[in-house]
Amino acid sequence: MTETTTPAMPIPRPDLSPARLKRRYAAERRFRLYGILAVLIAVGMLGVLLATIIGRGYSAFYRTDIRLEVTLDPAVIDPAGTRDPDAIMQADYTKLLRDGLRTLFPDVTSRQDKRDLNALVSSGADTVLRKMVQGDPSLIGQTVTVLVPIGDDFDMLAKGFISRNLPESARRVSDQQIAWYDALQQQDRVEQGFNWNFFTAGDSREPELAGVAGSVVGTFLTMLVTLSLAFPLAVATAVYLEEFAPKNRWTDLIEVNINNLAAVPSIVFGLLGLAIFIGFFGLPRSAPLVGGIVLSLMTLPVIIIATRAALKAVPPSIREGAYGIGASSLQVVTHHVVPLAMPGILTGTIIGMARALGETAPLLMIGMVAFIVGVPHGVTDAATVLPVQIYLWADSPERGFVEKTSAAIMVLLVFLVLMNGIAVYLRRRFERRW
Amino acid sequence: MTTAILAALLLLTFLGFTLGKNRSIALAGGNWKKLHSLPSYYGAYVALWCGLPALIVFALWIALEPRVLETVILKDLPAGLAETGQAQLSLLFNDIRNIAVYGVGDRTVDPAILAAVDHYKSLKSVSFAALAAAVLALATAGLAWAGRRVAPSMRARNRVERTIMVLMICCSTLSVLTTVGIVLSLFFESLRFFHAVPFWDFLFGLDWSPQTAMRADQVGSSGAFGAVPLFAGTLLITVIAMAVAVPIGLLVAIYMSDYASRRGRALIKPVLEILAGIPTVVYGFFAALTMAPFIREVGEAIGLSVASESAFAAGLVMGIMIVPFVSSLSDDAMNAVPQSLRDGSAALGATKSETIRQVVIPAALPGIVGGVLLAVSRAIGETMIVVMAAGLSANLTANPLQAVTTVTVQIATLLVGDQEFDSPKTLAAFALGLVLFFVTLALNLVALHVVRKYRERYD
Repeated sequence: MTETTTPAMPIPRPDLSPARLKRRYAAERRFRLYGILAVLIAVGMLGVLLATIIGRGYSAFYRTDIRLEVTLDPAVIDPAGTRDPDAIMQADYTKLLRDGLRTLFPDVTSRQDKRDLNALVSSGADTVLRKMVQGDPSLIGQTVTVLVPIGDDFDMLAKGFISRNLPESARRVSDQQIAWYDALQQQDRVEQGFNWNFFTAGDSREPELAGVAGSVVGTFLTMLVTLSLAFPLAVATAVYLEEFAPKNRWTDLIEVNINNLAAVPSIVFGLLGLAIFIGFFGLPRSAPLVGGIVLSLMTLPVIIIATRAALKAVPPSIREGAYGIGASSLQVVTHHVVPLAMPGILTGTIIGMARALGETAPLLMIGMVAFIVGVPHGVTDAATVLPVQIYLWADSPERGFVEKTSAAIMVLLVFLVLMNGIAVYLRRRFERRW
Repeated sequence: MTTAILAALLLLTFLGFTLGKNRSIALAGGNWKKLHSLPSYYGAYVALWCGLPALIVFALWIALEPRVLETVILKDLPAGLAETGQAQLSLLFNDIRNIAVYGVGDRTVDPAILAAVDHYKSLKSVSFAALAAAVLALATAGLAWAGRRVAPSMRARNRVERTIMVLMICCSTLSVLTTVGIVLSLFFESLRFFHAVPFWDFLFGLDWSPQTAMRADQVGSSGAFGAVPLFAGTLLITVIAMAVAVPIGLLVAIYMSDYASRRGRALIKPVLEILAGIPTVVYGFFAALTMAPFIREVGEAIGLSVASESAFAAGLVMGIMIVPFVSSLSDDAMNAVPQSLRDGSAALGATKSETIRQVVIPAALPGIVGGVLLAVSRAIGETMIVVMAAGLSANLTANPLQAVTTVTVQIATLLVGDQEFDSPKTLAAFALGLVLFFVTLALNLVALHVVRKYRERYD
């Protein structure tokens, strides 16, 4: 690969001219530059990725609300006058809100204009009012001031994602609607505050009402199943293979198998879950139970490999010492080797769990993509998990879901950073060099 | 419900442990030297006898109950309902189960089905009672039997240790069972698929349009299942990804090991770890929302027509995702080259880059190739990036600016949503999964073999 062509001579002599040396040094510098460029590309991509996500997602953490005066008309809420909780629950609060909105703009009369005006209030705003009345039925008949979420298009307008400079036909809100919005703003009825709803609500079709609570709980349940299956199984396997297994064809097969399983595409595990656990054993679809089982099968090899490395690092002198004072081989392992290897085992487990936490594809296969509004209560309830929620929102066409997706990614990344941080801490704090 | 049984079982096991322990101490009469094993081993012995058989029965019961219930319920259905196909029957059973759990709601249901629901509910409660009785009786029996056998001369420790050893062997067999499960489930579903679609048509057909009709009498009810466009698409995206990942990953590894200062290394390493730890769904979002429009704009600026879901965007982002994978594997390979080779090269007057290019990389080449093969298998199996950023249209093209689809995308789209379980459309996903599994398996086996063999050379 030398740059010079060797002259045809019986005994080739090295070209020691300064010009060649210069070229060689230039090549050295170029090579170094390529390395720096490659590093910069990697770092730059990470930077762009994080910047994009934060830039698109920070706005999901606050929400725009509008303040309305609403007359809680007894004829609408409770025509019978019985204060029956069922009647109060089923009353048409949307109508009350719309009436409240219309009193601010009395000159709106045509049907189309009314519909445009109604879009200012989120279609889920009635729950705010309902909860208020359910909490205090004596309010019926009075006029109350409520803060309700604004419709998602106007939320986008307030956050500046819908440009007013675009021609009217190219944006989702009309000039008339912008005029109404501005009027509300001048009356100081528009407020922006921290979006608690994002952390307390389940999924929704309306971006302004959607939250991550359901998927976070689903993730937690799934991880619980994964951990409680994968950890004991993996540690038992690793201890057996590392400390007790005879060296024969069978253990060789197991070893090759584990290394292979670690590299099997995750979606194949999803197919396994679908065919075996759902198809054959009849476990419920979309449940954290099945998701956890599938993920634990995926995580097993990771934890096994880490545990074996940790067990290998414990010096033989420890084992010999324990044998010397009369411990049985199992006692040597359970009383001495495993406790000493525990930090390494736990680190490997956390890293495996972190990988399982970000896994999406196998969970799509077992139906965790269903649209689920509620928060799951047990491992057999239908649920979704955070990465799948991200996937679902990323697929939604509404502009409001873009920021929600990015915000959910931020929540996921925070969890991952926390878990990896704990792993690094454990390694630093407890790792022993023998 | 079942949690209560498990809790009771746990309680009984714990009771067994204390009972065995206390009994052994009592039998020894305060003189522990009379005992063969430590008292806690007698406790563990009783606890194992109490908990283990009951737990096995519990697990088997839970696993088999739905199957048994399904058979019984479907057998007792009135003749009119029972005379449908197998697929309808399993859907019907699902329906019955859902009604039993969530109630009818406000739809109208055939009274025969309602009767079946009642039947299901009563069977379910009988099954639950029987399960509770069986598990608790077995646990108590085990406890009593083992408790009576506790004696100072009994070799409790050896028995307990042998049981634990057997349990550990069972655990380590699980990984083999997983592989067997994967192969069997993929194989049998694929076999059913190949009954409907000939094997060679699937493997070498050039036309992929799996949209089968909803009703049997509809026109064009059988889709085309030629998988070549999918293989080509997967290959195209993989090639793009590797074209990004291999040079960058290799150069990063070289720079990290030979050029970077300690400080620089401490900065770059976490970046690579973060890149490796970011979930693929995040990369997918990035590819679909940032990279694809960006490439489209750049392409339009220089006068190229770029599809909005171009293979290039997906491949590029996938390449970035694989960079840390390639760099860590090639770093391992290059670290395994003995220092003496580098020193020898330096002594001959070679510069650092000449040493790397002419000595280290050729010596580490098998390891690097193994690592690249592993990366290829990863790129082929990667799902989320392509699901979100590559298209669904099965174009047979080598143009990276057009939309292509991949094997994993098709598996995901064929199986997401509600379908009957045995339409060719659903089964096609398993056939694709089988191909995917064997291709990645072959790649992994070769790669692991190469890496291992190479590592031994310098050890």
